[in-house]
Amino acid sequence: MATMHSRSAARFMITPAVFLLLVWMLVPLCMTLYFSFADYRPLRATFEPWIGFDNYLRFVSSSSFWSSIVTTLWMVGGILSITIVGGVLMALLLDRPMFGQGIVRILVIAPFFVMPTVSALVWKNMFFNVDNGLFSYLYKFFGAQPFDFLSQAPMLSIIVIVSWQWLPFATLILLTAVQSLDSEQLEAAEMDGAPVLSRFRFIILPHLSRAITVVILIQTIFLLSIFAEIFVTTNGAFGTRTLTYLVYQRVLESQNVGLGSAGGIIAVILANIVAIFLMRIVGKNLDN
Amino acid sequence: MARAITTKQKLIWTVLAWTFGLLMFFPILWTFLTSFKTEAAAISDPPVWLFFDWTFENYTAVQERSNYPKALMNSIIIAVGSTFLGILIAVPAAWSMAFVPGKRTKDILLWMLSTKMLPAVGVLYPLVLLAKWLGVMDSRILLIVVLMLINLPIIVWMLYTYFKEIPGEILEASRMDGADLRAEILYVLTPMALPGIASTVLLNIILAWNEAFWTILLTTVNAAPLTAFIASFSAPEGLFYAKLSAASMMAIAPILVMGWFSQKQLVRGLTFGAVK
Repeated sequence: MATMHSRSAARFMITPAVFLLLVWMLVPLCMTLYFSFADYRPLRATFEPWIGFDNYLRFVSSSSFWSSIVTTLWMVGGILSITIVGGVLMALLLDRPMFGQGIVRILVIAPFFVMPTVSALVWKNMFFNVDNGLFSYLYKFFGAQPFDFLSQAPMLSIIVIVSWQWLPFATLILLTAVQSLDSEQLEAAEMDGAPVLSRFRFIILPHLSRAITVVILIQTIFLLSIFAEIFVTTNGAFGTRTLTYLVYQRVLESQNVGLGSAGGIIAVILANIVAIFLMRIVGKNLDN
Repeated sequence: MARAITTKQKLIWTVLAWTFGLLMFFPILWTFLTSFKTEAAAISDPPVWLFFDWTFENYTAVQERSNYPKALMNSIIIAVGSTFLGILIAVPAAWSMAFVPGKRTKDILLWMLSTKMLPAVGVLYPLVLLAKWLGVMDSRILLIVVLMLINLPIIVWMLYTYFKEIPGEILEASRMDGADLRAEILYVLTPMALPGIASTVLLNIILAWNEAFWTILLTTVNAAPLTAFIASFSAPEGLFYAKLSAASMMAIAPILVMGWFSQKQLVRGLTFGAVK
């Protein structure tokens, strides 16, 4: 097969990509690691290169860290539950015979292509706004008192916005999986008199389990770094400060680089725990 | 074979699916409608749906804002620039991994994927510092390079899965016929790989266009693309729903159209071949 000549050519061709990614990953990460052990506050011109694990201890022992972890878990958990449950139902629905299937699919997928700042602002102003939002009209229409979503239920509001963006992604991937389901198996089960729910429970769900796992892992990685949606709606106030947002505030707003860097390293470690599981699945698939 | 499906059943599914489809699409539709209203009509109580005086004034008003054309230009340059730079670097890498796989190919692929999972905040300050030090803060070239790097793993992966599907026998045959590496790439591989490259380009332009962490934090005035331009609407300024809607429509319309063409590639590109 491959000659020595093409082998060395191949190595030569792969070098730029590997080199760039290596630099991209290592240089900033090492700098963050270095800062995380330093007392570095540029605004006060403080720079002491080694203060041991002080930043980590301070970051982890502050109440804002733990509340940010809780916020992150609620946010990611809420969005995942909505998108997975909604995605499975939507995928099964879109797989049914119907008129205009292609168009419905386009309608459902569209939100995924809306840039995060646009979807956050549109929801914030035109739906959630207590004076002029559509939801307020709806409340008034039913004779209820309008509800100020972003200050009364800020977490729920952000979960709704982000779920709206990611439901199409879950639907699309689960639909791909549903379509690869062996329909003869389903028909056989139906002929044997298996009710709808047990067909779902014993045939469809096991078949989808892999796709669901992949959706959970990929979404988790993206959701852990939600930023723009929080940035333009609550700016981290009212208990919507996730770990990502907390680190951003420490590093860029209060310019405590040492403390923020320690938080950044913690975020990297947490994300890696999720990443390992995803890599294992992807790696297994590479072998077949 | 599947049983005959009655028209009645089909109708029920159609109604259900269309209901949910329209619900999902509704925020976009509402933004679209509002963008053609006057500011007063945009907040009228009760809301007006279709019967209002349609006007284009919001679109002209937004374009006259000093920074809109610049933001649009920045978005185009950054999205297209980072994608093509990425393709330039990724095509040789993906080619060699797909056709001359070595012992470590799998490890390299997985390692590349792992760089994608690095949380951005973990490298935020060093990047700001490096950018200032190099004097490229708030410049298009910085954004092109950064977005190229964060999307490079996806580009390599997508191209790799496409190249993998090209049968190796064809390459061997062309080598037998005396084609050298250059001819092999130019006359055999490229024509077969073009559809895959095109879909990769499409998906990555979409991803780069919508990226909203680095584009907001690394730009202020000069290089701010549409994501940052829209974020500047987050401080309300009197009546602004209609203008916000017009600006939003202009920011998402081209990508919505591209997105509809790249539905299938989306699955491949974002699941790294884990779902087929």
